[in-house]
Amino acid sequence: MDLNLYVWRQKDKDSQGRLEQYKAYDISPDMSFLEMLDVVNERLIKEGKEPIAFDHDCREGICGMCSQVINGVPHGPQEKTTVCQLHMRHFKDGDTIYIEPWRARAFPVIKDLIVDRSALDRIIQAGGYISVHTGGVPDGNAILISKKDADTAMDAAQCIGCGACVAACPNGSAMLFTAAKVSHLASLPQGRVEAAKRVCMMTEQMLKEGFGNCSNHYECEAACPKGIKVSFIAKLNREFIKAQF
Amino acid sequence: MILDGKIPSGPINEKWDRHRQNLKLVNPANKRKYTIIVVGTGLAGASAAASLAELGYNVEAFCYQDSARRAHSIAAQGGINAAKNYPNDGDSIYRLFYDTVKGGDFRAREANVYRLAQVSVNIIDQCVAQGVPFARDYAGYLDNRSFGGAQLSRTFYARGQTGQQLLLGAYQALSRQVYLGKIRMHPRTEMLDLVIVDGEAKGIVVRDLVTGEISAYSGDAVCLCTGGYGNVFYLSTNAMGCNVTATYRAYKKGAFFANPCFTQIHPTCIPVSGEHQSKLTLMSESLRNDGRVWVPLKKGDTRHPNDIPEEERDYYLERKYPSFGNLAPRDISSRAAKEVCDEGRGVGPGGYGVYLDFADAIKRLGEDVIRQRYGNLFEMYERITGEDAYKVPMRIYPAVHYTMGGLWVDYNLESNIRGLFVLGEANFSDHGANRLGASALMQGLADGYFVIPYTIADYLAQTKPAAVKVDHPEFKKSMEDVQARIKRLLSIKGKKTVNDFHRELGKVMWEYVGMARSKEGLNIALKRIPEIREEFWQNVIVPGSGNELNQELEKAGRVADFLEFAELMAIDALHREESCGGHFRVEHQMPDGEAKRDDENFCYVAAWQYKGDDKAPELHKEPLVFENVKLAIRSYK
Repeated sequence: MDLNLYVWRQKDKDSQGRLEQYKAYDISPDMSFLEMLDVVNERLIKEGKEPIAFDHDCREGICGMCSQVINGVPHGPQEKTTVCQLHMRHFKDGDTIYIEPWRARAFPVIKDLIVDRSALDRIIQAGGYISVHTGGVPDGNAILISKKDADTAMDAAQCIGCGACVAACPNGSAMLFTAAKVSHLASLPQGRVEAAKRVCMMTEQMLKEGFGNCSNHYECEAACPKGIKVSFIAKLNREFIKAQF
Repeated sequence: MILDGKIPSGPINEKWDRHRQNLKLVNPANKRKYTIIVVGTGLAGASAAASLAELGYNVEAFCYQDSARRAHSIAAQGGINAAKNYPNDGDSIYRLFYDTVKGGDFRAREANVYRLAQVSVNIIDQCVAQGVPFARDYAGYLDNRSFGGAQLSRTFYARGQTGQQLLLGAYQALSRQVYLGKIRMHPRTEMLDLVIVDGEAKGIVVRDLVTGEISAYSGDAVCLCTGGYGNVFYLSTNAMGCNVTATYRAYKKGAFFANPCFTQIHPTCIPVSGEHQSKLTLMSESLRNDGRVWVPLKKGDTRHPNDIPEEERDYYLERKYPSFGNLAPRDISSRAAKEVCDEGRGVGPGGYGVYLDFADAIKRLGEDVIRQRYGNLFEMYERITGEDAYKVPMRIYPAVHYTMGGLWVDYNLESNIRGLFVLGEANFSDHGANRLGASALMQGLADGYFVIPYTIADYLAQTKPAAVKVDHPEFKKSMEDVQARIKRLLSIKGKKTVNDFHRELGKVMWEYVGMARSKEGLNIALKRIPEIREEFWQNVIVPGSGNELNQELEKAGRVADFLEFAELMAIDALHREESCGGHFRVEHQMPDGEAKRDDENFCYVAAWQYKGDDKAPELHKEPLVFENVKLAIRSYK
């Protein structure tokens, strides 16, 4: 199939960006979206033009590096699927596709489709862990965890830190991201000890980074490639209120 | 030269404890005077950086990704082994040790493997304490599953995302130290050279991938935790950015590269769909617990799999290896798949695929149970192939997955260059010629959490802290070399892209240095690789400049190193006139087609020393001594 692409091009963080038009020819439905961009890039390089810069690494939907807004939707049209796992069989010959970077105040564009997501790392650094040193811990089975709690923790822990939730939110909020880590650790007995401090530190950092607040649009859950539920934001709020007393 | 692995004396179960008691210590007040450079933030790198920082050392950590959390350990699906014996099925440290040595086809270092089995139990405890959400049973206890190459259940898992959860545990520990100021994290930064001063590793030269700036960092020791080199094959299950540059640059600075030909081809990957393919996706080996592998009995049978009756199917793993069946080790399963496809009984486009069928398991356990166990894997399969594996058998084919070879290290994980430590997949020591499933996570974390914190102190205690600074002429020279190379890559302005060359190299490697190797084929590879390399340096096109974010330039540097390294792999494969584990030489096989090892002549680690671009590398040997297991034919029948 042949496609008509409009791709965001921006030289660096200080330059003005704009959408540029490109054609993609002979695209197979078995290609992934990124493989389609590879084909376009190979041609641009051979024509002496600069290829489109985009973040990607594992290409199996787990590293969280890929980050593109496709036709206005972070990670594109397929539910619970990262860009790298989106395949061209979901498009048809002659389609026009708009490709843009994550857009949020806390994610400045570095180049083309690449943004700076280090703000998410700093939220984790502020408290997204259990403060245990290596060594001197009890046997793994000394801490019993009900299957239900272990499953809840895992549901939250599968966040890949891609930032699609932020890109999808009209407020540019990182509440789902933060809620996922807070909920993962707060659901486990090991994580309860620091739960109050953790939620305060992480939310404070979240605000410092310029992320907006949650006003219940639920766009984050819809965009999340791992299907992380907004109910975790409720849990975050609950943990936050509990921490005040 | 005969290499000394510095294996401690004494009975195998006491070696590590005794050794730890003899290692020198750095007192707490002095630790803060030392700086350790850690390159790579996967399981080995993140766990090492965190543990070393917790002890009080200053750590400079580097990764090429935009965040430490994205290292490719994250993609490991199935699980992590540990000799906990929770299921009461007869496991022990000795058994895990024995299975790993046997699984590696008796080409690993006994003492290292035993230590790995010993600390495996601590890893699980550590990860639970960090909050890793391992699967639990209804009573709240940790759950286990079985994996290839083992007859018991010792694998701990977190759904199909075990690597992700373990890496996030280590990443969080690392993040805590970043917050406390003990780790300086450098994301989007790639190591391009190792700096050696007076014979000791004292720093690295890096490129900032955003600004293009080349800079140097000095330290009292360097830990390379930079993973494997599977991408030399172009198509592999590795992430796109995985590369050999860090370890290969260290090799060119004098570190020995051990067993580079030992590569693992994983049996359960999604088959290639076309020329455009950029990478291969693995389906966790845990699927083989419930899936049955088969091909049609008849050649060229194009019927829909569900229309092929039971008696016209060949469940070849169950037939050939009745006691291990579908759980036969990776090298054996992969070769068996290649054999049936070579016979013309492969399925799917091009005939390069075999079925992995869940129909029986669904009948026995119900679709819900299968969904609970493997739901995310089935979803992943459907996204890529557009097929529903609950209804139609999956199609799988082997793909390059892991590299057992790596920089040579002694028992302390120190290379032959003093002060250069190598951890995780980047070293060679624990998996021999074949790695068992769920052992990579175990090794990465063992090295980082429980080995390096002890062994690095012994080295540091013998050095003066911060003795070398970046103003040393060696740093300047190394930076100039790196800059000259970048300039050269940018100036060629040829006609073929970096990917064109990489793909071409990959085809040669897969064809001649892949699953089955022959003298003739390896010689073809040794002729073709230098030709491709020569053309690369004449005709590659790298757009843009060096002073900006330039992904083609990054790729060009990595592929340039692969083009040299590939030759070393072929040389090693050619010299090893035996078949063992993942290294199968067609000249050396049993009458039934199984690998024929030659313990008389090849029971050693082959460690190669760089002698110059136009000279052949020199082979050094570390003889492998087996005192606790009997060298035996590795049978899974």
